[in-house]
This record gives sequence, C-alpha cells and structure tokens, in this order.
Amino acid sequence: MKHTLSVLVENKPGVLTRVAGLFARRGYNIDSLAVGRTENPEISRMTIVVEGDDRVIEQVTKQLHKLIEVIKINDITEDEHVHRELILIKVNADPAHRMEIMQIVNVFRARVVDFGRNSLIIEVTGDEGKINAIENSLHPFGIREVVRTGKVAMVRGPKHKNGKS
Amino acid sequence: MAVTGAEILIKTLEYEGVDTVFGYPGGAVLPIYDALKESSKIKHILVRQEQAAVHAASGYARTTGKVGVCMATSGPGATNLVTGIATAYMDSIPVVIITGQVSTEMVGTDAFQEVDITGITMPISKHNYLVKNVKDLSRIIREAFHIAKTGRPGPVLVDVPKNVSAQLTKYNIPEDVDLRGYKPTYKGHPTQIKNAAELINEAKKPVIFAGGGVINSEAAAELKILVEKTSAPITTTLNALGVFPETHPQSLGMLGLHGTPYANYVVTECDLLVGLGVRFDDRVTGAVEKFAPNAKKIHIDIDPAEIGKNVEVDLPLVGDVKTILEELLPLVEERENREWNARVEKIKKEYPLRYGETLALRPQYVIEKLGELTRDKDVVITTDVGQHQMWTAQYYKFTKPRTMLTSGGLGTMGYGFPAAIGAQLGNRDKLVVAVTGDGSFQMHMAEMGTAVENNLPVKVLLFNNNCLALVRQLQHFYCNKSYSAVDFSGNPDFIRFAECYGAKGIRITKTEETVPKLEEALNNDSLTIIECVVSNEEMVYPMVPNNKGLNEMIHFEEGEDNGR
Repeated sequence: MKHTLSVLVENKPGVLTRVAGLFARRGYNIDSLAVGRTENPEISRMTIVVEGDDRVIEQVTKQLHKLIEVIKINDITEDEHVHRELILIKVNADPAHRMEIMQIVNVFRARVVDFGRNSLIIEVTGDEGKINAIENSLHPFGIREVVRTGKVAMVRGPKHKNGKS
Repeated sequence: MAVTGAEILIKTLEYEGVDTVFGYPGGAVLPIYDALKESSKIKHILVRQEQAAVHAASGYARTTGKVGVCMATSGPGATNLVTGIATAYMDSIPVVIITGQVSTEMVGTDAFQEVDITGITMPISKHNYLVKNVKDLSRIIREAFHIAKTGRPGPVLVDVPKNVSAQLTKYNIPEDVDLRGYKPTYKGHPTQIKNAAELINEAKKPVIFAGGGVINSEAAAELKILVEKTSAPITTTLNALGVFPETHPQSLGMLGLHGTPYANYVVTECDLLVGLGVRFDDRVTGAVEKFAPNAKKIHIDIDPAEIGKNVEVDLPLVGDVKTILEELLPLVEERENREWNARVEKIKKEYPLRYGETLALRPQYVIEKLGELTRDKDVVITTDVGQHQMWTAQYYKFTKPRTMLTSGGLGTMGYGFPAAIGAQLGNRDKLVVAVTGDGSFQMHMAEMGTAVENNLPVKVLLFNNNCLALVRQLQHFYCNKSYSAVDFSGNPDFIRFAECYGAKGIRITKTEETVPKLEEALNNDSLTIIECVVSNEEMVYPMVPNNKGLNEMIHFEEGEDNGR
C-alpha cells in the first residue's frame, strides 16, 4: 500500500541526501518525493510517498526519526487531506490533431503553456487519478516527454502539522 | 576576545572535559594541531594509522564511560578512519571524530587530499557536520558531544575546513544544546511497564537477555536485582559480557552462533524472553523464525527503530534501560521458580561447554587460566576478531561491566590492540590484556610503537596458528574442507618482534607452561607479547549452522575435536 508521509526537516544543506540515502541503503521504495521550505524559512517540508506494508512503513518512520535533522513525521494517508501534483506533458500535435487535444485539455481543466510547430506543452495540476487519466488520453497522440513534481499534500481543517496551532 | 577556529575548537573540547585525543596530523589540520599543542589539559596520542585512533578512542570510551575523541587530516587521513567509525557505530560507542578538510573555497574541486568525508560517513555515523562558518564551530562541537553520548550512543564526525580553523572569531562557547529534531525517550510508558511486570510475574519459564544497552545505561546493578528477584536464568550478547557475573549460578553466558549450548537450549525452551538493550542481531537469533519459538518477547530499548526490526515482539518498551528497570523492579514479584530452574540446571549439566584434550596446547585452556588469574583483579580484556574472540567470550567468565571490549557488530579484525591502548590510557592503574590472533594482530601491530612511546604495559595474548582459522572453520563446514587463502607462511617471530620494540616476548608451547608463563607476563610492568603456539585445526564449538535454529547447533564431540 502507498503511504504519504509529511516530514518536517531542518532547512539545511545535506538533509535531502540523508533522507534519500536512508531510503536507498535500507531498500525502501520511494514513489515520489517533493521538498520545499515552509512558512518558517528554517524548516522544510518533504512529502514522501512510499510503498510498503505496515511493517515497512513503521521502520521507515522510525529510521527517519533517527535522523537528527528530521523534526516531525506524520503519516497522513488516513487523514482527510488535499493532495496535488503538477505535471508537464510535451505531446505531439500536428495541426490536424490540435483541436482534439485542446478539447481534452479543457475537459481536464489543464492549460497549454507552450506552442511548438508540431507539439504542445500541457500543464496539469491535480491528484494522481486525474493526472493518470489525462496522460492516458494524450497517449494516442504520442507523448514526447513528461515531467512530474511529485505529490504535495496538506491535511484539511484548522489542524497544523508543525507542532503549533 | 578574538581567537582562531582551532583555538575555540580546543577550548570547547576542554569544556567537554576531554583529556585525551587520539590522532594523526596532516596539512588540513595544521591550525588545529598548532592550537592543541598549547593545551595543558588535553594529551594527544600519536598513533601509527588513523583507524587505530578511532579504535583507541572507542577503547577509551568503553572503559571510562566518557566520549572518546580522535582526529585526522583530510583525504586519506579521513578515509582511514572509516572502518573505525563503522565499528563504533555498530556497537553504539560514543566517539567524536574531528577531521580536517580543504578550505571552503576549494571544496568540490577535487583538491589535493580532498574527500567528501561527511558523504562517506553518513550511513555509518549517528550524525555528522561540515562546518562552513567559524561562528558555528563551538556550537557544533557541543552538539556533537551531546548527540554522541545521549540516547543510543554512537560516533559523530565534525569536518573542519582549514580556513575555518584558521579564521578569527569571538570567544564564545554556548552553554546549552538544543536540537528540536533530537529528543531521545528515557522514561518508559507507565502502562507498558505495568504490563511487562505482569508478563514477568506470570511467566513459567522466563529468561532474561541483556545486551550492550545495559552497559551503556549503567544498569548492571538494577539488572542483578531483576535476575535475583525473578530467579530467572540470564544470558547476554557478546558485547554485554560482564554486565552480569558469569560466575553466578543463574548465568548462562553468551547466546547465539557460538554461544553456550545451555543458553541456546534454554532460550529455545523459554516462554518469556525479556530483552534489555539488545537488537536481536542475526548472530544471536540464528534462523529468526526458529528463535525462542514458544516465548512471548518483551523488548526494552532506547532506540525505537530496534523494536520489531528483526524479531516480532509482544511487548515493546522504549526508553533507557536503567530508568525503566527502576520503575519496573518494585512491580516484579520475588519468587523461586524451582521447577524451571531445575530444568535449566539439568540442561547446563547435560550440555556443558567442552573442548578436547588431545592437542598439545588448547587455546580454550589458556583463556580459562587467564580468567582464573585475572578475574578478581582490576582488569580490562579486549579481543580481536576470530576464533580467539569466541573462546574468550566462552571461557573467560567475565564478572564486571566494561571489562570486555570487542568488535561485536562489524567484526573488525585489528580492533583489539588499539582498543587496549585506549583502555590503558583511560585506566593507567588497570591490567589491560588484548587477546588476539596472528591474523588480527598483524592488522595493527605497528601500534606497538604507540604503546612504547606512552609506556603502556599492555599484555598481548596472541594465539598463533599461522592461519586465519575462523575462516578455515567456515571453509571446513561450508566449502567442503577446501581451504582457500587462509595460511600465513610469512609470519614474523613475534618474540623477536616484541624485543625489537624493547618489549617483552614470552612464548607458550605446552599446557604445563601456561600458568607460570602467564603469571610471569601479567606481573611484569612492561608491554608484553605472550605468544601461544596452537593448532590451526582447532574449532569453535558449539556452532549454529547457517539458517538453523539455536537448538540445532553442532556440538563438540570427543575424537572429532579438531578440524582435520
């Protein structure tokens, strides 16, 4: 099962290496990892999606906790939360197919952000289901390149995950 | 007051109470060594290779309970430390390692003697730092000591670029250390403590299983009360030998791959296993699915990540062993448990530790005699890695904590002699004996020079069989007696080797020489090598084969007592 871990870390050089290194050497599978600083510039948040059974997730969490620069870990998989991912898709688009592609873009409330001679770059934001769906819909035209940010997530309601409310 | 980074570094070490630093100088640490020379409180011990500096710091830390400190220069100096750091990490030993680094503007350019030592040591240290600003230096050193010695102890490395140690800064040592991401749990959960007491009181066949965490938490006295109150037998890991007196009738000695036969049988039969400061390492459990199959397991440890990592436990209890035992003991009922103890006694009688008597000089016998001659003295025993290590664990019979130093987790050959040097420097009045083999000793025998320079009367008890005989034993069982790359034909004459350093050399070749020659060596005041000439066909028994349960061990059998 996929778990979403929301991890607060010190915003210092080398922290990402420590986290990534830990996953690699203990054989855990990272599905995606997104990182950026929080409202407090000294603290960054990592949203890590990791695949594994409960025992693996327990070990991942405990091992992450052992890193001195990890401040707080929340497994928000079971919590009500909003999650988003941004994806850029470069798709083949000769003039004959452009309209059809634009329709798909509209249906998914995506945006065309670049117009090439025979291709388009499309920006989509959403949850994993939506992103997979548009990727599938565009597949027949020929996808040249895909760039994904990885998932970011936030728990719904007034609850803070920074240890303060 | 303006001081250099190097000066504030040394002042902070003094503030932390450091009196001994093991190390090796070089270009990138010139400013640090310059400042170190001015310190009246810190003595620097110059080793012969950097790895020995970490092992010596580890030996110092394990015998004194303080943080061990070592230093090396950038590049090869730093990489030579790596095995030592990993050794300390696996055995949870508090060591602070200071390395030099090329100047910050050169970092990342593949400069001369540049290596990314923080990157290299990330998986083998509890934490590490690259100091980029001299203003952070004293705070980082204080944090390094705090992290090394609290919670589950471990090595912490601080990499100091040359320009940082040369730069001027304000004299300022922060009083408090505050790390928001690091708050080890010491107090156990009260309900879990109550539940643990209930399990202990209800168990019919309990066994106590103590590990290195009990030594780190200084809980030997509390452990003894627990053992005597419950009348339960107690077994230990390799690293915890001595935490409970092995001469006590309830002691089962060591558990595991080469543990005592009775410890292995009793643990397989027990219905409750109380693990204290252990990590259920594969050398202790054998095939994990066959480990203590009938037992409920209580696991008390300060590191939450150890709980459930190797073995499923029924009752986890995170916290400091001593703090938890203090709260647990009043809830534990005093009882005799005659039936179980009679059964344990029967197993002990039926399956004692045994070795043969046919060969001229048996290493097991020598170690037994070493135990008899030194056990009641103020003594520290260190070992290297190999057959001699297992025989020391089996036959010495340790009675006090912090008297047995060995590389249990990483199994680092070459650990014993430098660790003995560190132990002797931290305990000038104690008798320090390094038990070793010809393979292990040759990895760090250049440290004889370090011992001579510092007038350290370390005794090296060297079992010489011109062979890497524990590897030979593995090849005997797992490679069809096809022996590959295990024989040494170029060993030196170790007696003359000792003498060329101005040390004493004593050779034992016959059983009847053992006691008088050991006495002669132990009672002189000099650095001494005692060479015991033994057979390479000797075997360590019992032995639990790969993927077998502890009760499926191979026993010693008369007539087949050597590995021909």
